Amino acid sequence: MHPIFKLIAQRVALGIMLLFAASVLIFGGTMMLPGDVAQQILGQSATPENLANLRESMGLNDPPVARYFQWLGGFLQGDLGTALTNGRDIAESLGSRLGNTLFLAFWAAVISVPLAIFLGLLAVRYKDRWPDKLISAVTLTTISIPEFMIGYVLIYWISIKAGWFSSVAIINDSMSLGAKLNAIAIPVMVLTLVVLAHMMRMTRAAILNVMQSAYIETAELKGMGMLKIIAKHAFPNAIAPIVNVVMLNLAYLVVGVVVVEVVFAYPGMGQYLVDHVAKRDVPVVQACGLIFAAVYIGLNLIADIVAILANPRLRHPK
Amino acid sequence: MAVEPLLKVRDLKIGATIYPPGERPRDIEIVHGVSFDLEGGKVLGLIGESGAGKSTIGLAAMAYGRGGVEITGGEVHVSGRDILKSGLRDVRKLRGGEVTYVSQSAAASFNPAKKIMEQVTEAAIFQGKFSKQDAEARAVALFAKLGLPDPENIGDRYPHQVSGGQLQRCMTALALCPEPDLVVFDEPTTALDVTTQIEVLAAIKDAIRDTGVAALYITHDLAVVAQVSDHIMVLQQGSMVEYGTTDQIINNPQEEYTQALVSVRSIKHEEKKPGDTPLLKVDHITARYRGTNFDVLKDVNVELHPGQTLAIVGESGSGKSTLARVITGLLPPSDGQITFDGRVLSPDLPTRSLEDLRELQMIYQMADTAMNPRQTVGTIIGRPLEFYFGLKGKDKQTRIQELLDQIELGDGFQDRYPAELSGGQKQRVCIARALAAKPKLIICDEVTSALDPLVADGILKLLLKLQKDEDVSFLFITHDLATVRAIADSIAVMFQGQVVRYGPKSQVLAPPFDDYTDLLLSSVPEMKLGWLEDVLANRKMESAGN
Amino acid sequence: MKNIPISAMIGLFFTALYFLMALFAPLIAPYGMAEVVGDVWEPSSSEFLLGTDSIGRDLLTRLIYGGRTTIFIATMATILSFTLGSILGFFAAVSGGWVDQAISRFVDLIMSIPSLIFALVVLSVMPTTTTILILLMGLLDSTRVYRLARAVAVDITVMDYVEAARLRGEKFAWIIFREILPNALSPLVAEMGLRFIFMVLFISTLSFLGLGVQPPLADWGGIVKENKEGINYGIQAALYPAYAIATLCISINLVADWILNRTTSLKGGRG
Repeated sequence: MHPIFKLIAQRVALGIMLLFAASVLIFGGTMMLPGDVAQQILGQSATPENLANLRESMGLNDPPVARYFQWLGGFLQGDLGTALTNGRDIAESLGSRLGNTLFLAFWAAVISVPLAIFLGLLAVRYKDRWPDKLISAVTLTTISIPEFMIGYVLIYWISIKAGWFSSVAIINDSMSLGAKLNAIAIPVMVLTLVVLAHMMRMTRAAILNVMQSAYIETAELKGMGMLKIIAKHAFPNAIAPIVNVVMLNLAYLVVGVVVVEVVFAYPGMGQYLVDHVAKRDVPVVQACGLIFAAVYIGLNLIADIVAILANPRLRHPK
Repeated sequence: MAVEPLLKVRDLKIGATIYPPGERPRDIEIVHGVSFDLEGGKVLGLIGESGAGKSTIGLAAMAYGRGGVEITGGEVHVSGRDILKSGLRDVRKLRGGEVTYVSQSAAASFNPAKKIMEQVTEAAIFQGKFSKQDAEARAVALFAKLGLPDPENIGDRYPHQVSGGQLQRCMTALALCPEPDLVVFDEPTTALDVTTQIEVLAAIKDAIRDTGVAALYITHDLAVVAQVSDHIMVLQQGSMVEYGTTDQIINNPQEEYTQALVSVRSIKHEEKKPGDTPLLKVDHITARYRGTNFDVLKDVNVELHPGQTLAIVGESGSGKSTLARVITGLLPPSDGQITFDGRVLSPDLPTRSLEDLRELQMIYQMADTAMNPRQTVGTIIGRPLEFYFGLKGKDKQTRIQELLDQIELGDGFQDRYPAELSGGQKQRVCIARALAAKPKLIICDEVTSALDPLVADGILKLLLKLQKDEDVSFLFITHDLATVRAIADSIAVMFQGQVVRYGPKSQVLAPPFDDYTDLLLSSVPEMKLGWLEDVLANRKMESAGN
Repeated sequence: MKNIPISAMIGLFFTALYFLMALFAPLIAPYGMAEVVGDVWEPSSSEFLLGTDSIGRDLLTRLIYGGRTTIFIATMATILSFTLGSILGFFAAVSGGWVDQAISRFVDLIMSIPSLIFALVVLSVMPTTTTILILLMGLLDSTRVYRLARAVAVDITVMDYVEAARLRGEKFAWIIFREILPNALSPLVAEMGLRFIFMVLFISTLSFLGLGVQPPLADWGGIVKENKEGINYGIQAALYPAYAIATLCISINLVADWILNRTTSLKGGRG
């Protein structure tokens, strides 16, 4: 078998192990609760008898390890448990919300990824001249403002002052795609601005790094023009670092979504998570946390695999 | 009017922007008005130490400035056109078509993501000189001419799949493929091992002769350039010192600087007879790095006598530096022991006594990284005094100054930082730091390899003087046999982790030789014309690394 | 000091200004922090320079006190994350072997979960007090400092001068404090600026989500939360903290950029 498959298999196994460890961490993190879930549900009026019964029925008297495996086992079969606050099935509530979140993240990615790569190339092409400096100044500014504030600034100027688009992004299944897109226009802009800055800066650095290699000089000394050099010699070597940048930023996007959803009252996973953190609804928090972690680990895994596949030393061993 | 030469350079001035730490960037001139001619089919050697501006001049023949370098004045005519006044379009036609370039590091200059053939033929096709088919046929012919194995198929490999010496030949094929008028060779053999260098050198020389191309051959090694060039230009700090035929420069140099370059490595050192008891005894040492299953050192036995120098000679990968790590305790051996001054040394550094540590000092190849950039010379030399002898205040100052005098640096150096010193001065400070411990043995790991020849000579002379004054022993690790001749009393030749030849200098360097020692000895370029042909005619063994 | 570029100068000026405001908030602020002095969302006037907030407190006063809270928490968390991260990073780099492996893998694990998500999970069961917030942010962020400190220190420990010190018989402390630390300081200080920015953004975000600083205490993220409804009526109150955070973060970025550039030029470029 080609040794590269072995490397990829190893990397995937590592990713799964990491996800497993992360689930332990998330489960363990919520065990630090002072008091317990039963107390939480029944509130101050609970009698010791009620508490004991509920604990028994929820399996809270089992040792933590057993409860962990029970939780994980359920999770793997799609049973995420029930929410403490309203007793509803978590998987059911999550389903449509996860779809909404991915819908939002998808459109943000569709706009920001090509734009970031284009701007990164532009900044490299005009390095240290005004287009580069302008791009770097603008991105420095957006990096320095938290997502939610960009959100309100845009709502204020675009939605309220100029009267374009809606300041809340409420969507439902009965809406047409056009209506949905109109509703999420400003949130997508916010997310784009936020990841664009990071992604563009990292793309610029990655391409510059490649452009400083000696083989680029060799190409220059062959009399090739800049665009041709970038296309033929820089690009094949820049794929891996750029994919890495894109994946890292998509992972970042996943986190950005949480806050942006709250700002725009968007019915996604992020808002669901934040609501239930405030209500101390532990099962919901655990489920959402693990899903976010899985997406994050998965994206990083893809980046690593692309890097392995793009490396000529690994693809063509001696 | 006479026929125009292929390359005519007049009053070439080149500037660069430098960025001194903590100061504003400023422009300096690095080449000050150099002029020369090169006729078609001839080879001109550009020789000089680092900072002489030789690479910069070579690239100017392609109207190219590397990094922040810019051509600020003068004329460069190629086939009668001033290329500095040509537009970018014409310059691009010239680069890769009429003038091509071979760099020092082929490994970095090849694109790792593309096959060798595609890169070798790229310029020839791109510049419209040959069709793809013709260019590939030409490349295969060049591969064969340059002595590459399997010339038909080597082009299908990726750069990382061939060795350094082979890649350097591929780079030469890349430069010759478009049938240029002029090739700029920028230190093409410097990064190679000595036994590989000579073969690549011979291949380049044949290729130049057979294709009738003109060449600018840039190197710091006069002995190398003497083998390939018709004329030589000696450069120093951006100015021409001397220009003449190769014969005249080598056999009858006019300028003082050229004379110094020619006579470099001519230190005479009388071999000392070994005493009764050795200071250092390396006894059946076998070693491997952790996590590997390969012995880097196999049953090594050598001795070093007080006040003498033992040279460990070998190419990269021979295990010579590993031996130093074993002796210093950085790498405990898997078998064997080290006896030092009559006592057995603990194999592991942390368990050695302070006395053992003090008496065994080390000097490194790169003086740059051997000194903490945030410490002054005074601190660097003063620390061993404080650490081993508890010297403080005035006593310490006096002793530091004594040491500085000993290494011929004098006053005013105590408060300087390493960045403010030249390469030779840095290495002298490292020597002073080792001396400060009053050691019995100093391990010198390639201490002159990174230095220009004249500076290296100065360091070797200093080491010999110190040995006489302080009666200190040296374990001298090097790949350079000229250095060995200059300094050693006994020699151990290492090859693939084993000592293949060991004894007093006079014996080791006298025939009959084993195959490897013969190869190694014969590969050291000598400063005489026709040496390359003589050597290759009398070889016993193919190059070791290739 | 004569070689500081203008951008860094501006950065230094605003950074100093904000820290001084935070330090002397009670002296500068025109009113009391939680004092209701006017009507809801009054426009700016000579009495209330930036107007009043959603329950009639002076917005400028809220902003000054809010800056005090935000900067205090961010500073404490940065100090914690820096001390812990760099000590562990250096320790791992110098120790090498399994110690390094164990710490590094654990840090990898923590970093495999996004900080904000991790913080939310922990805050779902912990009370949101200032101490807990500082501890949580500092600990989570120390993983990033650890990575940088370790990488920088590993680069330095392979230098010959560190080996020379080992061969001389120097102790652990000398090697860390005299050989490694002086050479690692500049990149770490530049990173400190970036970590501080991250902390400001982090605590603001948590407060905005209602999981950070609790009322009536003011902080910049909290002020946005309190006044966000005003946006829909065209009232800018919620935007002022945005401007404050942006100027502070940009200023620190400019200073950090300058420090980093100074360090890289020390190493010298190509050629």
